[in-house]
Amino acid sequence: MIRRRALAALIVVGVLAGLGPVLPAYPLTLITQALIFGILAMSLDVLLGYTGLPSLGQAAYFGVAAYAVALLATERQVGLVGCAAAGIALAAVTAAVFGVVAIRARGTYFLMITLALGMVVWGLAHRWVTMTQGDNGISAIPRPDLGLPWSLAHSIPFYYFALAGFLISFWILLVIVRSPFGRTLVGIRESESRMRTLGYHVWLHKYIGFVIAGGFGGFAGVLWAYYNGFVSPTDLQLATSVEVLLMVALGGRGTLLGPALGATIIVFLKNLVSVYTHRWLLILGAVYIATIVYAPEGVVGAVIQWARRTRTGQLRSEA
Amino acid sequence: MRPDFWVVQTFNGLSYGALLFLLASGLSLIFGVMRIVNMAHGSYFMLGGYLGLTVALRTRSFAMSVLVATVAIALIGMAMERFFLRRLRGQDLGQVLMTIGFALIFQDLALLIWGGDPYNLPVPAALSGGLRLGGAVFPVYRIFIVGVAVAVGLGLWLLLDRTRAGAMIRAAVDDGEMAQGVGINVPRISLAVFGLGAALAALGGVIGAGFLGVYPGSDFEVLPYAFVVVIVGGLGSLPGAMAGSLLVGLLDNFGKALFPELAYFTLFAPMALILAIRPTGLFGRG
Repeated sequence: MIRRRALAALIVVGVLAGLGPVLPAYPLTLITQALIFGILAMSLDVLLGYTGLPSLGQAAYFGVAAYAVALLATERQVGLVGCAAAGIALAAVTAAVFGVVAIRARGTYFLMITLALGMVVWGLAHRWVTMTQGDNGISAIPRPDLGLPWSLAHSIPFYYFALAGFLISFWILLVIVRSPFGRTLVGIRESESRMRTLGYHVWLHKYIGFVIAGGFGGFAGVLWAYYNGFVSPTDLQLATSVEVLLMVALGGRGTLLGPALGATIIVFLKNLVSVYTHRWLLILGAVYIATIVYAPEGVVGAVIQWARRTRTGQLRSEA
Repeated sequence: MRPDFWVVQTFNGLSYGALLFLLASGLSLIFGVMRIVNMAHGSYFMLGGYLGLTVALRTRSFAMSVLVATVAIALIGMAMERFFLRRLRGQDLGQVLMTIGFALIFQDLALLIWGGDPYNLPVPAALSGGLRLGGAVFPVYRIFIVGVAVAVGLGLWLLLDRTRAGAMIRAAVDDGEMAQGVGINVPRISLAVFGLGAALAALGGVIGAGFLGVYPGSDFEVLPYAFVVVIVGGLGSLPGAMAGSLLVGLLDNFGKALFPELAYFTLFAPMALILAIRPTGLFGRG
């Protein structure tokens, strides 16, 4: 079983790695976008799927990191390592501050508080014009120079750059959610009071999970700033948080790969739809409602349930 | 700074708080009875404004636009509750996601119908102009908003505290199952409360359109304000919504006037402070 999974993972990575030179530029940039938003969606999955904390402010960490990169790379010509470290650190610190306020709340309260906190950051980007240039945003962010023969300014090398970022994030997050610490998060999701009785420091575990999610959201923001070359308040507005939440719900929360798949679906849908119509929000809203009604556990969740059912069916027929 | 500044800004904050009360009291009521965080509540506000605008331009009657907008939005809200949200009883996250879906659809429909331009709702002559008191001038329209909010607050209090229907709503808020058990028709109460909450938001939308205007995106702009009000005041509590609206209205107004670049921080800091002391808000119950 484990060997089969490892083989499947190897095939997926192989296919993703082989796509670079094969695909035309446009679909390749879409996959690059999907990888970046996949990281953001997986970071939210740590909260929503594993810990049971529905955050509607995940764009805030994405956004502050993107702004950090934008400011450092344009005004101070800081390189990749400095920008990435600053972006991730700023996102994690923001999460650490917001977590103090938000973690005490549960369920719907948590949702409303994270939404309000996300709006605070949006308000800063929008209003603090001397720092962020307001609605004009910050443009002409140069792609990093890695000292390699391939310039990241081209779409194929940047695709591999984003792919590496995605795989590293996925691997670290997988290790985290499968670690004893990750299991305590699931325990908290299932029953907070039971975990407390067992002697776990529930608040601290949630808080650490919150900061980790913020840090990875920040990493996605770093990649986004480089990919897009432009940041503006729209990157951290409520609609972005709402889209990310749908990616997680649509893909299947608590599965890590599901949210990445959800991100891919949403990115492709958004770009394909925009060719034919401006009614993207209408379609996004309809996808939201259809997901809740027809696939409340998401795509991957539905597949897992189906697989389980057929497996138990097999066992029964064998017995 | 002249003393006028403080008087006028306090009054402006008060009137903005009054508008927020119309929005937040409905949100709070809906949450109290159904435990639903209605993400489409800002949409009712925006759609109310747009509908009011259309009616006002056709009929030249402000009263008519208030009436049509509140009734129409109440019906939309009730339809949402009856045909969609009721199916997801007890699934907090599912309900929230569904209301987000509706909010997105409403936003796009508004853009499709009314376009991307901002509009101002024509205000009746009796409500325009200013009232000079001492050295300061107070816009009549803002006085009118405060009056409406006070009337609505009083009406809600009478309804909840002094009538049989209000007692049934309070019972449903306290313990829905028990209320159902003693023979109260909780689904019907839920439907009525959802309609009432939507109507209040639409009322806020029409009245707000008179001085804020109506524009695309106003739904997601007011929603966080309504959320902060109920977070600060305590979900499901009418006095909480009142206190929260006043606090948020004043803070927002002074924040914008004194620290224009950091306006949202002046909202955030007191919210954080209150949550640190009382996680369920000023008037909330655990």
